[in-house]
Amino acid sequence: METNQKENAPTNVVGKPLDRVDGPAKVTGAARYSAEINVPGTVHGVLKTSTIAKGRITSIDTSRAAKEPGILNIFTHENLPKPAKTPKQIEKWRAAQSYLPMQDNQIQYAGQPVALVVATTLEAATQAAALIKVTYQVETPIDSYLDPKAELFDPQKIQSGKKDAHVVRGNPQQAYDGAALKHEATYVHAINHHSPMESAATLAVWEGADKLTVYEASQNVTMHQGNLAELLGMPREQIRVVTKYIGGGFGCKGSFWPHTILTVLAARAVNRPVKLALTRQQMFTGVGHREDQEQTLKLGATADGKLVSIVHTKKATTSPWDNYTESNGKIMDMLYACENYSTVYELARANVMTSVWMRAPGEGPGSFALESSMDDLANQLNIDPLEIRLRNYADHDHSNGKPWSSKSLKQCYTRGAELFGWDKRNPKPGQTRRGRMLVGHGMASATYPVHSSQGTARVRLFADGHAVVEAGATDLGTGTYTVMTQVSADALGLPPEKIRFELGDTRLPTAPGSGGSVAAGTVASSIMAAAQDVWDKMVKMAVADKKSPLYKAKPTDVKVELGRMFLIKDPKKGETLVAALGRSGQPDIEGSGTGRYGAGYEEKNFGQNGADPNNDNKEKKTGGHSMHSFGAHFCEVEVDPDLGTIRVTRWVGVHGAGTVLNLKTATSQMTGGAIYGIGAALMEDTFRDPNFARYTNADLAGYHVPVNADIPNMQVEFVPETDPYINLLGVKGIGELGMVGVTAAVANAVFNATGRRLRSLPMTPDKVLEAMRLPA
Amino acid sequence: MSAPTTPAPLNPDGSRRTFMKQAGGFLGLALAPPFLSQAERLTALSKKVEGVSTISLKVNGTVRSIRAEPRVTLLDALREYLDLTGSKKGCDHGQCGACTVLVDGRRVNSCLTLAVMSQGKEITTIEGLAKGDELHPMQAAFLKHDGFQCGYCTPGQIMSAVACVQEGHAGSEAEVREWMSGNICRCSAYPNITAAILEAKTKMG
Repeated sequence: METNQKENAPTNVVGKPLDRVDGPAKVTGAARYSAEINVPGTVHGVLKTSTIAKGRITSIDTSRAAKEPGILNIFTHENLPKPAKTPKQIEKWRAAQSYLPMQDNQIQYAGQPVALVVATTLEAATQAAALIKVTYQVETPIDSYLDPKAELFDPQKIQSGKKDAHVVRGNPQQAYDGAALKHEATYVHAINHHSPMESAATLAVWEGADKLTVYEASQNVTMHQGNLAELLGMPREQIRVVTKYIGGGFGCKGSFWPHTILTVLAARAVNRPVKLALTRQQMFTGVGHREDQEQTLKLGATADGKLVSIVHTKKATTSPWDNYTESNGKIMDMLYACENYSTVYELARANVMTSVWMRAPGEGPGSFALESSMDDLANQLNIDPLEIRLRNYADHDHSNGKPWSSKSLKQCYTRGAELFGWDKRNPKPGQTRRGRMLVGHGMASATYPVHSSQGTARVRLFADGHAVVEAGATDLGTGTYTVMTQVSADALGLPPEKIRFELGDTRLPTAPGSGGSVAAGTVASSIMAAAQDVWDKMVKMAVADKKSPLYKAKPTDVKVELGRMFLIKDPKKGETLVAALGRSGQPDIEGSGTGRYGAGYEEKNFGQNGADPNNDNKEKKTGGHSMHSFGAHFCEVEVDPDLGTIRVTRWVGVHGAGTVLNLKTATSQMTGGAIYGIGAALMEDTFRDPNFARYTNADLAGYHVPVNADIPNMQVEFVPETDPYINLLGVKGIGELGMVGVTAAVANAVFNATGRRLRSLPMTPDKVLEAMRLPA
Repeated sequence: MSAPTTPAPLNPDGSRRTFMKQAGGFLGLALAPPFLSQAERLTALSKKVEGVSTISLKVNGTVRSIRAEPRVTLLDALREYLDLTGSKKGCDHGQCGACTVLVDGRRVNSCLTLAVMSQGKEITTIEGLAKGDELHPMQAAFLKHDGFQCGYCTPGQIMSAVACVQEGHAGSEAEVREWMSGNICRCSAYPNITAAILEAKTKMG
């Protein structure tokens, strides 16, 4: 009967490869991004940034700049109005960097804002910024953790106090010492920059002294609103943050950065709307980066390759004020079955801005070390790389003893190997040639945790059969507009074109931002909860309505599916939500709800320890299951033995990520994630000059990201997976997963091609050639 | 060393050398960062032209006039003066292709083109591609093949793709990839972009 219901239903679009609903606006140029909102009277802000990395400003001469026509004001540390609070004083929210420039004459990093020019035209502001003469007292900067002047220290906590800098489980050192097989290696990761195509941008519009609207390139409008409220000493509701379209972010627009508050302060002072977009060069010193780092990983194993110990340490560069570093250890703690584990983070302060999460923070570089070492271990044992992973397959999460809420990694391995033709791989490194090229095949695992999150949504169903659904989420290009339209359509029984889904505005119900892969699961659940609120109201209305087929039924006997209310015992008896609403004479009906993602959902629906009665892990505050998505990458490379160039020639990624809301957008996101990783593997490297601590390649000509000709056909699939514990719809986030393990898959393929193990990213031709000169 | 009155002929052996000779003095200034400020270098490199004048641009078949300085780029003229924000600013240095428009049918980086020099030319932007509600085959193909995620590079990709087909550079997958590599897509929709172009090619007539 239920099957019939579905077949007869007007819509059943969740999971379908629907074209993006925001697609027409994007392909016609109608979609307006933050710096493109047309607010009458808007003037232009341009930042001038420091050319030195350490020292102090002794004078700023703005006299020539001020003579440019159309200059409204030139702000420096001497005349910029102070915010009510500094980022360091923020309590409830958090700015990624606790240091705010332009408060005094100190210079702590190259590219630090030293002046902000406001002018009627962009050209005048840009020219004036160039004409400002800043004189510095220069001091010798520290460029990185590798600088002889740098001092490594124990941060105790990392990520601004959120995570421990030391984690120990079991007795890792003793287990390593006694292990039959030992492997130790050090892995280096270059500085990476998110480099979304749209620069960070702020358009600040003051409407009176106590009302502010900010059009911000934001992955999280609530976060921007909260930070601004504290910095300005204003109630949150007086500040509206709007982001209807955002041109990529990859993490850098999910945090609060100096340019936003500087623009807001300048706009208030000149009493005009001010628009400021960072230049591409400023994007390298304005919105964080993935920090330069090295990891040493020791794996101890039994003679047949079963891990007995994982000992991990990480050294990285951090800013003069904050203790941010990616937590690379997380993935080492849980990916394999191993009873002994430790990780230790050491940081060194340098004259750089604070680094920040970048797509797959921690899991990206962490998986490079772990999955490269596992490949070495397989090679040492002369077994297949898949086999070593199966021998260490974790049937539960060894980091906390919990069962998995769902895990399809074995299916991913099997399906990926089949699609790739893994069985045809030559296990002997350096033996396969295609013309001059050395050919290699490598693989690696992927995983990403479910971060607990919650949010709210509002659903308004109209009697004429359309609906407006609202949540203050964002769409980074991840498909939020589209998948939420699909979820709403099914929840209300309407075709997708009858749904208008609104996001990206703090006036809408509070939702999480796009980050940590939480948006899809949380917002979809919120919409379902809000729709269920509408269902409840409609069922009550129907059972009291003489004209309804459900008249006098008990509400508990009625079920709603795809927008139709019916008797559970007699499904033919029923009617659609829209039919009942239309008859009522009421023009519309509204519902709201809270959706939970991850542990919060499980706790609410399955109790403190989840549904598993065997789980006795009572001390854990969260639910009873460990929640992760998993996947596997398979990669073919061609290496030019004479030029040292590496080309990825084939790619297969297979993932298990719960319910896939839209096969088309999800496949695109996973493909893009893999290519993002190929960039990190082969070319992305922001080079900080060791003498001046300045980036030498801070633009898109110098910082290479993949272009079309770098990328082959990519094959991405999902394996079917049901997870009842994570949220109402069983959705797992996929924003990061696609990138985890990618760099290792490439490195493993390069090893298979050349017999050389490259442990420093990116694997540029110079490193390949150097490795080729040494014996295999 | 005096400036030539006519542009040097593009002779494969001599042109680069000639240019280097002529530009040597300026390049010397440009490449001397510690001693001169950026502003001083800019001033030294440019003859100062001031003042706002009327610039008439024929965009998507309609001639529109703006009052702007000669230093305004075509991209900024479109975005900041004509409110045609479909053309995107990704790098402002001709490194990413997000600003690609067609000028007399050729794809150009509008961020490297001055508006004042674009007068009298046919400028086509993403806003001028569809016929009313009917999408251009390239736009329809990008939508169908999901040739984008965030959409920010998309107008540039599509304009570049239209030209790529018209140039006869969409003969194969490999050729499309090569001739579309001036347009960066950080979301990395490349395989879908390639598929979209190969399909649209068959419908562009």
